Amino acid sequence: MTFKEALKSKDFVITAELSPPKGVDLENVLRKADILKGKVDGVNATDNQVAVLHLSSVAFCALLAQKGLDPILQTNCRDRNALAIEADLLGAYALGIRNVLAITGDYPKKSLHHVVKPVFDIDSVQLIKLIKDMNKGIDFAGEPLVGAPNFTVGGVVNPGADPIEGQIIKLKKKIDAGAQFIQTQIVYDIDGFKKFRDKIKDIKVKILLGILPVRSSKMAQAIQNIPGVHLPKKLIDRIEKAKDPVQECVDISAEIINGLKGYIDGVHFMTLNNVEVIPEIISRI
Amino acid sequence: MIITEKKEYKKILESLKGMDSIYVVGCGRCATSCSTGGEEQVFDIVAKLKKDGKSISGSYVIEAPCDERLVAKFSRAEKSKIDKADALLVLGCGAGVQTVSDVIKLPAYPALESIFLGKTKTLGKFYEMCVMCGDCALEETGGICPVARCSKHLLNGPCGGSHKGKCEVDENLDCAWYLIFERLKELKQFDRIKKFQKPKDYSKSIRPRKVELR
Repeated sequence: MTFKEALKSKDFVITAELSPPKGVDLENVLRKADILKGKVDGVNATDNQVAVLHLSSVAFCALLAQKGLDPILQTNCRDRNALAIEADLLGAYALGIRNVLAITGDYPKKSLHHVVKPVFDIDSVQLIKLIKDMNKGIDFAGEPLVGAPNFTVGGVVNPGADPIEGQIIKLKKKIDAGAQFIQTQIVYDIDGFKKFRDKIKDIKVKILLGILPVRSSKMAQAIQNIPGVHLPKKLIDRIEKAKDPVQECVDISAEIINGLKGYIDGVHFMTLNNVEVIPEIISRI
Repeated sequence: MIITEKKEYKKILESLKGMDSIYVVGCGRCATSCSTGGEEQVFDIVAKLKKDGKSISGSYVIEAPCDERLVAKFSRAEKSKIDKADALLVLGCGAGVQTVSDVIKLPAYPALESIFLGKTKTLGKFYEMCVMCGDCALEETGGICPVARCSKHLLNGPCGGSHKGKCEVDENLDCAWYLIFERLKELKQFDRIKKFQKPKDYSKSIRPRKVELR
């Protein structure tokens, strides 16, 4: 079943992200991809995540497709102008890539590539519209394409952002522009997410909850610096006191997902390539 | 106003390497207001350059070094002193340096960094307001420009890094979209924000830009 079919027919859709390497040694990450086979409905390939250099997400998605996984091409607005994005999307489609996640992209200020010129020619709402127009056979200039792609396109939202109203307005714009699924920023705060979900009751597209299993107290510290991600104190304590932190992160992740059943349409695992924990978390949902 | 800041003195000195006699030009408008290129700053840099072994053939604060007519008038009035100089050092924005360089056939070097077009809040406090994109949409955003004031120039709302009114790039920066939302609420124009904004027309800012009315 493809990711697109899963979005249509499944009650609970599961995706996971993989980051391509900074370099051309793909052996390790492709082995990780094998772990996801048969477990998830789609695999996101990150696109120069946090403005750090990685192998091209288009190339990586093509390799995932060769393995029989259904790739979701993350496309940011930071690294390319509309012309380059269109060209990459057409190329991606030719290579068998059928799903795109439109994102703004982190600013490169904190990256080792902080001296580069960020592009931001279009924003994520405009990118979703661009892809939907391409699906209709029309390019950014309003001119016809020689053969239209048929991408399934999604967007993101940060449910923990404060204030939330700006995020909700933008989320609605994304859906109006044609987003067919939403993957959220990482969530740990069950009650906080419920309040967010209640505010967007009218939204019918599938919302996949972002899950990042916290494997260590060091990681917990780093996560607290992500804007709009609230890691409750009691979870930090549990991670710090855990005899087996990896098992604890599996337990916590399963609890969050199960605690939000009825409020979500699936999950999206962002494991920083530690995908080994995913099958067990899934088995406990 | 064009906001400038002083270039590192060491770099200025490097750029003047091999030039013995210098004529120093200040700016009576923006750079004077920024305290980077007025009488006082010209006086200071003249003293420093002398200390570092340069001879100063003259110095003058042109009312607006970005106005070719004023620069031409200045060059006639100060001709004898300018003729003795190996180079001009201009305490003005990039437009000022280039205008001086166009009029006077001597190398003209910048003493300032041109940073942005902005407002003066109080003396010494300047904030970027406009990138001069040629495609103004301030009527949609409560008079707050997301192109100039959002790090990512987003036109349809904040990114996921906007938190408690601050920007992910730097927690000391205000999130432009937070400001826009608050302003539009005050103005009772909040619905404007719900409208899809088309991408910017960058064909309106093809460089170099010019206006020729006659």
